[in-house]
Amino acid sequence: MAQILVLVEHVDGSVKKVTHELLTLARTLGEPAAVLVGTDIDAAVASLAEYGAVNVYAAVGADFDNYVVAPTVDVLAALVAEHAPAAVLIASTATGKEIAGRLAVRTDSGVLTDAVDVTVDLTATQSVFGGATVVHSRVSHGTPIITVRPNSTAPVASPAAGTRTDVVVALRESSTKAHVTNRVVAQKGGRPELTEAAIVVSGGRGVGGPEGFGVVEELADALGAAVGASRAATDAGWYPHQYQVGQTGKTVAPQLYIANGISGAIQHRAGMQTSKTIIAVNKDAEAPIFELADYGVIGDLFEVVPQLTAEINKRKG
Amino acid sequence: MKIVVCVKQVPDSWADKKLSPSDNTLDRASVDRVINELDEYAVEEALKIVEAQGGEVTVFSMGPDDAADTIRKALSMGADAGIHLVDDALHGSDAPATSYAIATTLADRDFDLLIFGSESTDARCSVVPAMVAERLGLPQLTYANKVEIDGATVRIQRQTDYGYDEVEASTPAVVSVVEKINEPRYPSFKGIMAAKKKPVEKLSLVDAGIDAARVGLANSWSQVADFSERPPRAAGTVVKDEGEGGVNIADFLASQKFI
Ligand SMILES: Cc1cc2nc3c(=O)[nH]c(=O)nc-3n(C[C@H](O)[C@H](O)[C@H](O)COP(=O)(O)OP(=O)(O)OC[C@H]3O[C@@H](n4cnc5c(N)ncnc54)[C@H](O)[C@@H]3O)c2cc1C
Ligand SMILES: Nc1ncnc2c1ncn2[C@@H]1O[C@H](COP(=O)(O)O)[C@@H](O)[C@H]1O
Repeated sequence: MAQILVLVEHVDGSVKKVTHELLTLARTLGEPAAVLVGTDIDAAVASLAEYGAVNVYAAVGADFDNYVVAPTVDVLAALVAEHAPAAVLIASTATGKEIAGRLAVRTDSGVLTDAVDVTVDLTATQSVFGGATVVHSRVSHGTPIITVRPNSTAPVASPAAGTRTDVVVALRESSTKAHVTNRVVAQKGGRPELTEAAIVVSGGRGVGGPEGFGVVEELADALGAAVGASRAATDAGWYPHQYQVGQTGKTVAPQLYIANGISGAIQHRAGMQTSKTIIAVNKDAEAPIFELADYGVIGDLFEVVPQLTAEINKRKG
Repeated sequence: MKIVVCVKQVPDSWADKKLSPSDNTLDRASVDRVINELDEYAVEEALKIVEAQGGEVTVFSMGPDDAADTIRKALSMGADAGIHLVDDALHGSDAPATSYAIATTLADRDFDLLIFGSESTDARCSVVPAMVAERLGLPQLTYANKVEIDGATVRIQRQTDYGYDEVEASTPAVVSVVEKINEPRYPSFKGIMAAKKKPVEKLSLVDAGIDAARVGLANSWSQVADFSERPPRAAGTVVKDEGEGGVNIADFLASQKFI
């Protein structure tokens, strides 16, 4: 059976949920082989085996953190040349898509981004134009390189050997041209990751300021949800940019999305309108967000949201 | 500093975008076409750099005849000259083909920075800048929310999933910008008038040295097999808060088994 290479997303060896999803998907397409790059990767191997990685190709080194994108492409390109996999799956994050694009150039292959499903004949399902159109596409040249959106497949464990092979790949001269001199982490910890969460609670300009996000966070915590924000809120500096949902932020498709004080501009919708269930709280009855909402309340979010949080906590007992 | 900015013509963000049933490519005829919003930020950043330290800004666009309007728009903001790659054989080019065409056209041009938007609002791939960097062997300074030039050194803040990275490279370099970086200017009346007289070089595939066998729908590296339009979301229930709005939502959540 042909191998399916899966590029692993991890933080210091702790494997992200999206990688478990990709391995689960890869099992339906061929023999999953995980590609693990970075430092502190040892702890990841067992978790990859648990989700079905038959092989784990490991490239250890600081280069992957010290230079932008290209060193990972060097490793993947070498593995594609050596193993001729049937496909390469990469998480559809901003960086993941760049890796996929460069790998496509390097291996003279086609690339498909933002897939929500891949079938056994390597046809990808993509949801385009903000979810209004569903497209089926296929790569017709080279090795299909497909980026898959987080939350597209339910991760299911299925232990395999997870045989580790260390690979050493010489970096191209051009791969070390963009040098990372400093890494700044501005995380609001403790909550599920935005693109992976089953429930997302978002706040927009209507929350009025950074302190206004308090009621949004309290509701999120009552539901075990991630917090999102509109561009108006991130531009104003009320919430960090990486929590922005929409065209130029994250695309999310949770089971439940609760928009608070968000008008529903087209660029915001582009990142959330494929959510299963949408709830909106807005004091303006004309706000376009209500066109999308399965349930909407016209009212002041500072009245409605705390009441909802209290009610959820009460019912949880 | 010599800067080339890549701008794409796209359907208006608010338009209902559709694929055309005849060849599964974007139906560009039925919608208003505008400059890709993100590319306005790229033009603005180029203009700011040149205003601060001198130089010239050339805008490049690959697209059908009326992509010339998109080039004019950038010229009316203040760019100096345009390059328009237009050829029917380019229709339906995917990301590998587009990046090949851009890289081939610009490979021998003299520039210090090649600036892109971070994403086109129609394709939403966010791959072309990285692919062009790969093809040209240039440093990739993408997703910049801040660009600083210090002689031949370019420093950016690269927006990441966890915050940002500070990244440094020497020119010539490929940069892509996110919308946090600046506020694009509106063209002035004077700018609009001046744009009419600015030079725009029109290139065909042959002029640009592009291999026709590597671009266009039939030669793209991937194909759309079929598509379908998702039915619009069914209208939901909207109630006015009469003091019980929070409880109403809790009831709805309970009915949907969320709590
Ligand atoms: C290139 C580009 C990219 C963009 N990318 C994104 C993106 O990724 N994500 C994104 O979100 N936007 C994006 N935008 C911006 C988008 O166009 C909107 O400007 C933005 O989404 C508006 O945010 P908002 O809904 O929070 O603010 P507003 O549109 O100002 O809406 C605020 C809403 O809050 C309501 N409100 C106010 N007070 C209360 C209260 N006390 N209780 C209840 N409701 C209240 C108001 O009635 C209003 O409907 C982008 C724009 C451009 C040009
Ligand atoms: N046909 C084109 N002509 C010029 N620039 C383009 C074209 N297509 C994409 N680009 C550039 O590449 C960026 C990213 O596009 P994409 O990868 O399609 O999301 C855009 O913001 C443009 O700067």
